[in-house]
Amino acid sequence: MTKLFATTALLTALAMPAFAVQPAEGETLAENQTYTYWLLDAIKSLDPALNTDVEGSDALRSLFEGLMTESATGEMIPGMAESHEVSDDGLTYTFTLREATWSNGDPVTADDFVFAWQRVVTPETASEYAWYIELMNVDNATAIIAGEMTPDQLGVAALDDRTLQVTLSAPTPYFLNTLSHATTYPVPRAVVEEHGQAWTQPANIVGNGAYTLASHNLGVEIVFQKNPAYWDAENVVMETVRGVTVNDTNVALTRYQAGELDRVQIPAGQFPRLSEQFPDQAVSVPQGCSYAYVLNLGETGPEALKDQRVREAMALSLNREVIVDQVLQGGQRPAYSWTHWAIDGFAAPEDGMQDMPMDQRLERARELLAEAGYGPDNPVRLQLQYNTDESHRLLAIAAQQFWRPLGIQVELNNVEWAVHTDRLQSGNFEVARYAWCADYNEASTFLDWFRTDGYNSGKWSNAEYDQLLADARTAEDTAPLYQRAEEILAEEVPAVFVYHYAKVDMINPAIKGLPRENLLNTWYAKDLYRVAE
Amino acid sequence: MVIDQSKMQSLADRFVEAEVKGRSPWADARRRFLRNRAAMLGLTILVLVSLFAVIGGQFAQWSNEELDFSVMGQVAQMGQPSLENGHYFGTDNLGRDLYARVVQGTQISLMVGIVGAAIAVIVGTLYGATAGYVGGRTDQIMMRTVDILMSIPYMFVLILLLVMFGRSMSMLFLGIGLISWLDMSRIVRGQTLSLKNREFIEAARATGVSSFRIIIRHIVPNLLGVVAVYATLLVPLMILTESFISFLGLGVQEPLTSWGALISEGAGTMNYGTLWQLAFPLFFFVITLFGFFFVGDGLRDALDPKER
Amino acid sequence: MFAFILRRLAVAIPTLLLLIVFSFVLMHLAPGGPFTGERALPPQVLANLEAQYGLNDPLWLQIWNYLVSVVIHFDFGPSFVYPDRTVNQLIANGFPVTLTYGGLSFLAAVILGVSLGVVAAIWHNSWVDYLAVGISIGAQVLPNFVMAPLLVLVFTLWYRWLPGGGWSFNDPSFWVMPVIALSTSYMASIARITRSSMLEVLGSNHIRTARAKGMPEHRVIIRHALKPAMLPVISYLGPVFVSMITGSVVIDIYFSTGGIGKAFVDSALNRDYAVMMGVTILVGALTILFNLIVDVLYAWIDPKIRY
Repeated sequence: MTKLFATTALLTALAMPAFAVQPAEGETLAENQTYTYWLLDAIKSLDPALNTDVEGSDALRSLFEGLMTESATGEMIPGMAESHEVSDDGLTYTFTLREATWSNGDPVTADDFVFAWQRVVTPETASEYAWYIELMNVDNATAIIAGEMTPDQLGVAALDDRTLQVTLSAPTPYFLNTLSHATTYPVPRAVVEEHGQAWTQPANIVGNGAYTLASHNLGVEIVFQKNPAYWDAENVVMETVRGVTVNDTNVALTRYQAGELDRVQIPAGQFPRLSEQFPDQAVSVPQGCSYAYVLNLGETGPEALKDQRVREAMALSLNREVIVDQVLQGGQRPAYSWTHWAIDGFAAPEDGMQDMPMDQRLERARELLAEAGYGPDNPVRLQLQYNTDESHRLLAIAAQQFWRPLGIQVELNNVEWAVHTDRLQSGNFEVARYAWCADYNEASTFLDWFRTDGYNSGKWSNAEYDQLLADARTAEDTAPLYQRAEEILAEEVPAVFVYHYAKVDMINPAIKGLPRENLLNTWYAKDLYRVAE
Repeated sequence: MVIDQSKMQSLADRFVEAEVKGRSPWADARRRFLRNRAAMLGLTILVLVSLFAVIGGQFAQWSNEELDFSVMGQVAQMGQPSLENGHYFGTDNLGRDLYARVVQGTQISLMVGIVGAAIAVIVGTLYGATAGYVGGRTDQIMMRTVDILMSIPYMFVLILLLVMFGRSMSMLFLGIGLISWLDMSRIVRGQTLSLKNREFIEAARATGVSSFRIIIRHIVPNLLGVVAVYATLLVPLMILTESFISFLGLGVQEPLTSWGALISEGAGTMNYGTLWQLAFPLFFFVITLFGFFFVGDGLRDALDPKER
Repeated sequence: MFAFILRRLAVAIPTLLLLIVFSFVLMHLAPGGPFTGERALPPQVLANLEAQYGLNDPLWLQIWNYLVSVVIHFDFGPSFVYPDRTVNQLIANGFPVTLTYGGLSFLAAVILGVSLGVVAAIWHNSWVDYLAVGISIGAQVLPNFVMAPLLVLVFTLWYRWLPGGGWSFNDPSFWVMPVIALSTSYMASIARITRSSMLEVLGSNHIRTARAKGMPEHRVIIRHALKPAMLPVISYLGPVFVSMITGSVVIDIYFSTGGIGKAFVDSALNRDYAVMMGVTILVGALTILFNLIVDVLYAWIDPKIRY
């Protein structure tokens, strides 16, 4: 996304009236405005600074509101910020806050934002998402996180109660897009200081969002009630929102069918059957995550993988079409690029292996392996590590079977998540299943992963690639840069890309307002309503 | 699921009594066992299941890891049990042959059960016999240790061990085996105490035979009946424990499988029109557990007949 | 008897200590820590987290500090994975749930199991007996991770009688499926043990004497047979209780009851040291207590036993 584009998009957005959901023509609202959604597990934290997962963010979007919020298609629209100005050098943003109150009646002030952002970067808070403030390029964030500066030196200041000024360390085209993320939400200083870590418990928590926390029984259910003090409360239709934990996806589906849940994830392989039986309920939309087998090219990696021909053979011979069409079967797409196909403004490189028929690909893979000195008689032996999950298991078994006839013998190694990530970080693996989800809707959110100083668990490194991504930060037209970067990934194969996610859900047709065009799948309970059946 | 400890005690007492009277309880046991219909049925089941585990693989038309691409993706329609395409028991969700997988799962589950029970019985016997034979303070300390270990929630420790050392067969054997030796050691100790002052032991000791040899040569053989019954009844407990571990996802690594893993996979999809995925492994699991119970009970009744 | 209880309690303390030290060490040796996430944390943040939870200290000092805080303040510390909550709160939330459905399952298993066993023994070799034996054998081997989803399917989806999961202390309809799923196999075992021990007692000399004296059959059974027949059942109650607590993880996973079984497995997998230790200590203490109660009960019923 270019700088120009971002500004225009925002200007259009700001010109619109506040986004509000209204039932369409011919729809009657149900009397009971309750929405019950499925949670796989307990929500770990309701503290915007400490939250790390998607389920937590979903809940926080109901309880709090940031400077910006999103429309149903994922465009930025004003939230707490009524308007803003950008300085000519693009380094200073000045936001004017709207008049709004916390759920305890106190006004939401610029100082609440300053306090919240400083809190995130303070090392004592130990926020796992402190890097997000760095990603936003807020001035001095990096130094504060490293403990070299004090939190009050962060580039954010309250000029008065309703004016917030943010100073950036570099012009950041995507800055406004980062402002709807849970990490940037304001927190009520008085409440946090009074209760400490316990401030997010149901009895204590105070928010500025469209809902308040009615109850939170960890691992059983979380209940939100409409917040009458919310600035746009008159346009909020849904009265009660319940998140219900069901640890087993199959039981969750059963309970959906029994009418206990309004939305649930469809287990791998069940989408075709369900979409045939319930065409108005089974929904598959693209989701901004990519799945890959990362190859360890670092010092600790196996010798065989250092040979590019072996890596290429692995990429060629993995039959992604079978994985997508016959295992997952939920509208996922085969991945030949790291960046998700639906990312804004991204064009995948052409003339890749995706255009070769499978038998040619296998032929080519055999040749490459033979050149490298391997084959069915002298197989490459590798360990494939995956974390415990039903679909990871199925895919690993399939991959093992695709590679075996060519002489790539893969031994499966199932470990739990804590061990998996630990080994990824310490380089103690050979081939590892991995997935990355977009933090924002732009290709760099994926491509940064493979930078030499990125997360890059496989320790692949390419100077041209690094340069391309550095250039993209300030370039007017980033599309060719990203395309070239993907070409390099396809040539050198630091990882075998497998598939691009889709979100595959059963959704009660009476529930309206759940976004279906939003790649990051963020949803806001305030946009939902239930129609009478 | 449990072993009735009071019956084991009664059985143990009988062996001591028999030793005194000089008449072996094995003498009539065979006849009584053969006459017990439930036990014979159990034995037949076990023989058949073992045969299935050993030579069942010969009849499989698919290996336990091959994917059948013609079935994959439409398992509910194409993957049902069929003689035509060689999937006698149907396929799993990936199109792998369920027959081959059940054969292989049977091997693993039986192995875990038998090795686990063997570890429990061996450790329990040696520990109990040593404590009982040595006696005095050693006995005190050893049995207090058993008391302490009795109060530890074992499943928790087993989960910790598997988390700590990762999923491996040897850890599974060891972990499962180490759960159950405590009761065994108590019974064996009691029996050793009543045996050790018998003339034949005293005689052996007088001729300078080492304690270790006495335990192995004279005490342990007298415990054989208890050990045999106990082991037979322990095997199904081990198999059940393994299935629980597999359910938690801490069992054997793919592509290997076990009854527990197969059943828990099948249970997940029971409402999706692929009921055979649950039915076949569950059938083998259930009949084998029956088999072991019947044989174990029958063996005990044969060795320790009660007038009714 | 009093001395016996004291002696057992004296053994309990080293047992718990052993359990704490063993689990603590095992947990800290396991690969991965509570803070290994997808993104490597900045060193400063990690250092702060570790300092905050005292993970920088040598292991023996950590154990010592932990013991001091548990023993003196009864404080199990903050959870590593749920930073908003302390372990005391998590246990206070989950344990009453586990105790409620666990206790009910225990009662159901004992009452139904004993009744079934006694009935089968009285009408030995009749159809009642065969039916009881059949039920108990079948129920004994059906894994509860098969039974639980089956119950949801039948009672929630097909008949819509019961909620498919969740928990409420005020609404017993949430308790039914957890109790059925947890108690069935133990009910079956208890029935089997009761039946065989009852048969043995009914065949014994003192029952024959009682019958010979012309005592009515129901009095024979209630006054003379039941008490001695209960001995093997009672010695089995300790293990039943412990496996019910461990087995509760299946219940928590399928019925989302929010009990401590799931909390334990999760904490072990997520390396939430504090929760893992808290639950282990709790269950260890309960195990000891329950074994003690069973022993006392046993001694009370069987006057032959002297401690």
